[in-house]
Amino acid sequence: MLKLALRRLAFSVPLALIASMLSFVLMAFLPGDAAQSLLGSNATETQIQALRDELGLSRPLWEQYWNWLTSALRGDFGTSLVSRQPVAEILNARLEPSLSLIIGATLVASIIGIAMGIRAAKRGAMGKVVDSGSLIALAIPDFWLGLILVVLFAVQWKLFPPTGYVSISKNPALWAVSLVLPIITLSIPAMARIAKQTRDAMSTALNSSFVRTLRAAAVSERSIVHRHALRNAAVPILTIIGLVFIGALAGTVAVESIFAIPGLGSTAVQATAARDLPLIQGVVVYFTLIVIVVNLLVDLAYGYFNPRVRVR
Amino acid sequence: MTAQPDTAHTARSQRSPIGTSTRMTSRLTRAWRSQPLGVIASVYILLLLIFGVLAPVIAPYPPGKQNLLATLKGPSAEHLLGTDFLGRDILSRLLVGIIPSLGYAMTALVVFLVIGIPLGILSGFRGGRVDAAISRISEVLMSIPATIILLVVLAVFSSSPMAAMIALGLLASPGLIRVARGAALVVREEPFVTAAGVSGVSPTRIMATHILRRVLGPILVQASVFAGAALIVQAALAFLGLLSDGGQPTWGGMVGEASQVISFTSWPLFPPGLAITITVLAFGLLGDAIRDASSDEVSPKPRRRRRTAGAAVAKATTTPADAENLLSVRGLRVTLDSGVVLVSDATFSVGHGETVAVVGESGCGKSMTALATLGLLPEGVHADAGSVMFDGVDLLAGGAAAYAKVRGSQLGYVAQDALGSLDPTHTISSHLREVVSLHEKLSSADLRARTRELLEQVQIADPDRVLNLYPHEISGGMAQRVNIAIALAGRPRLIIADEPTTALDVTVQAEILALLRELQQGTGLSILIITHNWGVVADIADRAVVMYAGEVVETGSVDSIFHTPRFPYTAALLAADPSTATPGSRLTTIAGRVPPPGEWPVGCRFAARCPFARDICKEGPLPLMPMPPQSETRCVRADELKLNESLPR
Repeated sequence: MLKLALRRLAFSVPLALIASMLSFVLMAFLPGDAAQSLLGSNATETQIQALRDELGLSRPLWEQYWNWLTSALRGDFGTSLVSRQPVAEILNARLEPSLSLIIGATLVASIIGIAMGIRAAKRGAMGKVVDSGSLIALAIPDFWLGLILVVLFAVQWKLFPPTGYVSISKNPALWAVSLVLPIITLSIPAMARIAKQTRDAMSTALNSSFVRTLRAAAVSERSIVHRHALRNAAVPILTIIGLVFIGALAGTVAVESIFAIPGLGSTAVQATAARDLPLIQGVVVYFTLIVIVVNLLVDLAYGYFNPRVRVR
Repeated sequence: MTAQPDTAHTARSQRSPIGTSTRMTSRLTRAWRSQPLGVIASVYILLLLIFGVLAPVIAPYPPGKQNLLATLKGPSAEHLLGTDFLGRDILSRLLVGIIPSLGYAMTALVVFLVIGIPLGILSGFRGGRVDAAISRISEVLMSIPATIILLVVLAVFSSSPMAAMIALGLLASPGLIRVARGAALVVREEPFVTAAGVSGVSPTRIMATHILRRVLGPILVQASVFAGAALIVQAALAFLGLLSDGGQPTWGGMVGEASQVISFTSWPLFPPGLAITITVLAFGLLGDAIRDASSDEVSPKPRRRRRTAGAAVAKATTTPADAENLLSVRGLRVTLDSGVVLVSDATFSVGHGETVAVVGESGCGKSMTALATLGLLPEGVHADAGSVMFDGVDLLAGGAAAYAKVRGSQLGYVAQDALGSLDPTHTISSHLREVVSLHEKLSSADLRARTRELLEQVQIADPDRVLNLYPHEISGGMAQRVNIAIALAGRPRLIIADEPTTALDVTVQAEILALLRELQQGTGLSILIITHNWGVVADIADRAVVMYAGEVVETGSVDSIFHTPRFPYTAALLAADPSTATPGSRLTTIAGRVPPPGEWPVGCRFAARCPFARDICKEGPLPLMPMPPQSETRCVRADELKLNESLPR
């Protein structure tokens, strides 16, 4: 397991490098000059030159990247072109809302999705529910689903606030309330994916030879499902939970925008609209780091559930 | 041979002159019958494209025409889907939005396919370093959330939808690469590709023609699913206002506009939102249909399970002469849910302290008989006639409750796949503790002592070490000992062992047989052992039950079976056994094959392969007849045949 984790860590370094390099590489494809393109055709030559100097565009790309990278390693991701605040400062403040949302959605989706998947693996009506339900749940665009929830629960029935976020440190109750609709929005497609994967993994496990041995030895169906099959199905389920977490991370882009949550996703949208390159570059790095940490945690969890991984 | 092939032939020759249109119709009817949702989805997508192309003509209003006096109206005769916040006709905008919405998704799809297919096939076909490089790069691309990269692309390239969609196709292509690679890997090993390679066809041509054709199914599935995903991403970016749409309406943009006026009315949200959802759903259903169509050719769907516990089962329950037998199986029939009979008449018994072997070629229904006796048939198979009397109780009629009473405590089971029969996530100790606890309430220390004792009973030399191991850390022979220990945990009176030594090394086989024999002698256990190996029969069994094509054809003591077989199949099977053959002479084989379930003749099922067959053999169903002193046979000519002369001794 340690070896697996180390391998994953070794893999993370090039991953982080490639992800961070991306916007610099893309700029090379831009016709003309990034500063000109960023400011648009109405900008004066002085404005363009000022931005050029700020971004260091007169230097070759590799040198620009090197300068960015050496600063980034010290925790300095530059300054936002719009707010003039340090990028790291802006993004650190955005972490709590985003992580609350993503972790909440992953937890809700995992608990309900796994429960549904287990029931579905045992045939009967739940199998059909998971089949057709997941097809529909994965077809509904998250941004539209979020809006429909706002219409129903906030505008129509006034059960939850339509938008906004309250920090957990300010008021935990309001924090929870402000997260209900966004978490439902993110967790519905996630739940579908987890339920489907759990159903498949559980069916495979329940059809293994060892299940027959256990049945022959009078081991209860309850123990076969929960103690044995579920443990054997854990690795594929963990894999999908990791993917769902990363999917929820990407989902924050639309969902935080709808619910006006000041997180990484909504910041990324604003930065893109304002063409605030240093800020969006910072979001890429934060996203990538979160992905790396999640993958690492999933690997460690594999080892817990699968003794074959553990020994190696 | 039946008349079936002939009718098929005439049907085919009749069909050929019929016109193509009729054949198309019949194909469509068939597609409709097997994949109604897939057909609906395809028709929907086709109609959508037609409406999209015709939109400028059929749209009731120009999409940009504003009417500030009639904003945010609901559906009416004038505006079938109402108007938006600028009084524009929603239906018109929805229709005109088809092509941009789908068009951008298609751009991404093209990039996805153009990158994914060649790289995937190349990776799978070439293997080695090319494969490693492509896989590594794919792995990196897949680890970065695509959405954020798209935002970077949009920030750099001035919200260009084209750039975003190309980037999306590129970022998603590793998924397709993986699928195409996997398919190509499988196809590469197939004889026709190897043959093409040997006969000098260039690798590029093999990849482009043979492999591409074969991997098309999975690729189409991926393409369909991705088309839906691309539509969602495009809509989300348009919704967020990050795409410069050049004034053309798109569905995502329409949802975005509707979201601005959500506190006044929610109506304008629905037409574009539902359009996106239904279209994505259609692509998903199409993908599913393609997947099912490519796997349906292999296996037809089983019909729903019909449980017939009643009349048929109850019929043959009482057999008075069974008092001395621990297990008595009578007329057991095992049927697939589709109605195909796998075992039609399994009739045998196992006495107290007796070891009985069930012998026969593969496909004769031995394992199904064993599993049916244990009440452990897999999904899709059920026992629907006969009786399984265990210690005077009909388990088959008693169902799950009756089995629950005897499993573990009376009846033990040892499977063929020794390692696969142990849960890889639990230690040996965990297995044994769980099973022992079902039968005895023991303190922790006593539990440990009992698990040790069980391992000692199956002659494992260092039980303390083995207890702490996981199944993947022990050998197959050791695993089979553990399985026997699990079977013994409830101190059963009968162990049913299904080919317990087949998967093991020869030396280990002998050890396991010796162990079973010693256990049997030491504890007075009864054993029912399934095998295809006469050596095992000779080694361990008191009596043998010979099965052929789903029925018992002969039973008798091992001595009489070996020396005076009463059924020609038994004799032939004995003659074909390498361990009894005369050294230096040519090994006899049985010509032909076991008729598969569903193709059994009415009369003797062995008649087609039997050198002694007469017309009488083929006339009708043959019962199992007692043969003094203690044998039974299904052969009508048993009295006249001297089968022992055909044996190699």
